[in-house]
Amino acid sequence: MSKNPEFVKFDKVDKSYDGKVLVVKDLQLDIAEGEFITMLGPSGSGKTTCLMMLAGFETPTHGEILLDGNIISNIPPHKRGIGMVFQNYALFPHMTVYENLAFPLRVRKVEKDEIDKKVDKALSMVSLSGFETRMPAQLSGGQQQRVAVARALVFDPAVVLMDEPLGALDKNLRESMQYEIKHIHESIGVTVVYVTHDQSEALTMSNRIAVFNDGKVQQLSNPAELYEKPVNSFVAEFIGENNTFNGEVIDIAKDKCKVKLANSEILANPISVKSKGEKTTVSLRPERALINPTDKMDNMFTGKIEEVIYHGDHTRVRLNLLGSSEFILKVPNSTSNLELKVSQDINIGWNSVDARALDPK
Amino acid sequence: MSSETKQILTTDGIPLEVSLKKAEKKNKIKAFLLVAPLLLFLVITYIFPIGDMFMRSVDDRMVTNMLPKTFKAMEKWENLDELPPEEVYRGFYEDYKLLAENQQHGKLGQRLNKEKNGFNTITKKLFRQIKRKKIDESASLKEQINKLHKRWRDVEYWQAIKRTAPPYTASKYLKGMDMYFAADGSIAQVDEDRRIHRILWLRTLEIAFFVTLFCFFMGYPIAHLLATLPMKYSNLLMICVLLPFWTSLLVRTASWMILLQQQGIVNDFFVMIGLVADDNRPEMMYNKVGTYVAMTQILLPFMVLPLYSVMKTISPSLMRAGKSLGGTPFVAFWKVYFPLTIPGIGAGCLLVFILAIGYYITPALVGGASGTLISNQIAFHMKTTLDWSFASAMGLMLLTGVLVIYWIYNKLVGVDNIKLG
Repeated sequence: MSKNPEFVKFDKVDKSYDGKVLVVKDLQLDIAEGEFITMLGPSGSGKTTCLMMLAGFETPTHGEILLDGNIISNIPPHKRGIGMVFQNYALFPHMTVYENLAFPLRVRKVEKDEIDKKVDKALSMVSLSGFETRMPAQLSGGQQQRVAVARALVFDPAVVLMDEPLGALDKNLRESMQYEIKHIHESIGVTVVYVTHDQSEALTMSNRIAVFNDGKVQQLSNPAELYEKPVNSFVAEFIGENNTFNGEVIDIAKDKCKVKLANSEILANPISVKSKGEKTTVSLRPERALINPTDKMDNMFTGKIEEVIYHGDHTRVRLNLLGSSEFILKVPNSTSNLELKVSQDINIGWNSVDARALDPK
Repeated sequence: MSSETKQILTTDGIPLEVSLKKAEKKNKIKAFLLVAPLLLFLVITYIFPIGDMFMRSVDDRMVTNMLPKTFKAMEKWENLDELPPEEVYRGFYEDYKLLAENQQHGKLGQRLNKEKNGFNTITKKLFRQIKRKKIDESASLKEQINKLHKRWRDVEYWQAIKRTAPPYTASKYLKGMDMYFAADGSIAQVDEDRRIHRILWLRTLEIAFFVTLFCFFMGYPIAHLLATLPMKYSNLLMICVLLPFWTSLLVRTASWMILLQQQGIVNDFFVMIGLVADDNRPEMMYNKVGTYVAMTQILLPFMVLPLYSVMKTISPSLMRAGKSLGGTPFVAFWKVYFPLTIPGIGAGCLLVFILAIGYYITPALVGGASGTLISNQIAFHMKTTLDWSFASAMGLMLLTGVLVIYWIYNKLVGVDNIKLG
């Protein structure tokens, strides 16, 4: 059976709550069957609204949402067959774990034996077998979260929506749950639409990530591409760390351009600049700049160390470079570590291909 | 802790428990002093009056104190079907003579007359004989008194006196249930056409039950709206709910009288839209309808507020979860939302029912004859007949009833499940 690349389709969807401001603007998004897609963005960017429209709790102001080729905008939530994991789990506090999981099956009039089997299976999937008779209040946060995931999956929905499900967990638990959800997704192949504002969570779990800002999808690509090749300065800024230079293009070739900064010039990779005279923001990942480069590099400058912060596995160094004192370097913590001291001068170099000239901020 | 575990000592060698008690003693005293004023207030205004009420309701010492010699002599009266022996007559004569000297004989006559009709006449007759000194104390008093009136020769009258001997009596409680002690001391029912209290008790329960039911059906949607509407609308609605709270009970009841009377606004409206004929206006006041309408409106906030406070705590995502998992809106409501509101329902119903069962002013004003409750009867005996002991007895019966309801509720739902806010 071939996978449908347009299993879920947002077709020119607009959403406005008050008739004045568009929360979601002309959204065009295709989600393939079995895919794990994450909607990532700052709060107020419209990602949760998209999820709620897909779940059926909000209706699009304009445009259509299609599920497996059928328009679902007029189908009420309970008939969509979409599982959902809520931010605060939304477990029914007056029901046991078993009853919580049996709820979606009972309303579907599934036979008692079948319910027992399915609940058993779902609980073992989240490694909570034996917890059937517990009440939600007797479970820890992580366990409640697993029950919520199991409940969203127990009736074999075609799509599962997750609305910041790990937001309330502490850091370690959150990380282990990320892997667990990813593994569950891989083993049962359900389509997952995941909403989060945590970029590391998105990078860890997703097949593809849709970065939302201002009601629009800024970039839709796999995690590696998103990090390595951001298409605009918002994405570059939002995903990972990022050194920026603001300047003006003074010369442009096919894969290189010269950018004039306040008092120097650098070579960069022209991504969204087309011609001379355009304003641009050059983005460079901290780990792409090398200290004391041995090979010849396109850009080589000397900077002064302003601050050294020890982070365990790496050391962050803040430099005053090219007139900006916000230039960050990440130095891996290895045995051949350099002596880094404040107010010391060091040589820095990077290649023009890693310095992406994007739209101006 | 098992008994084998070693006692833990502090560094000074004092047992830990002793040290802990010492440390907490100060706090305990402080806490007690803080609640002491309230405790004192409750004792003075609540526990003591209830105790006094109870004493009043069972107190029957008046005759006991008036006829000490009689009752002493009556201890030797063995065959109760025959007239008592001479000693009893003598004792009664001496007691009565003393009362007559102190001008207390009238009270006794009235009290005994309540026990058995006709006592007033024969005690007055005895009083006149004593006053005229017509009675020869050296001769047989039994014969002389028996000669005064044929009722003195009737053993039932002497039995009636004997019945008043115990200093305490439950007769007021029996009267509250339309029963009395018959001549032979057994419990008998009042004639059917004279049973008013049982009707009142049943009516009180019925009205309290239906008022609670109406309050629930009207209050639940309001509370739900209050809990789910956006702040600016819900505040306005909350004020609408609370406004009656801030208005005097009397004013509200009076406005219901203006609305519901036969020439009132509601009736005028019905006539205007042609629902009823002008000469056939329904009576909506001075009957049960008036009591139901006015009491439901007045007690509604007591239902809405506990419900609201419970509903406010129910996350809206629970209903969404119910729907997204495949439940229709009704199923999601019935299986998810409703069970979570039960603590509020319990609190609201209990509150409204208990308030309704003892309601007084509203039924008194709009209830008429068929809409009055037991509390109106209590007030009647307090103010009009001045039979305070009977009023106390009925008040205590009401209190007991409320406690019984509370107990049943606790058995069914559990008081821990009540949420008042």
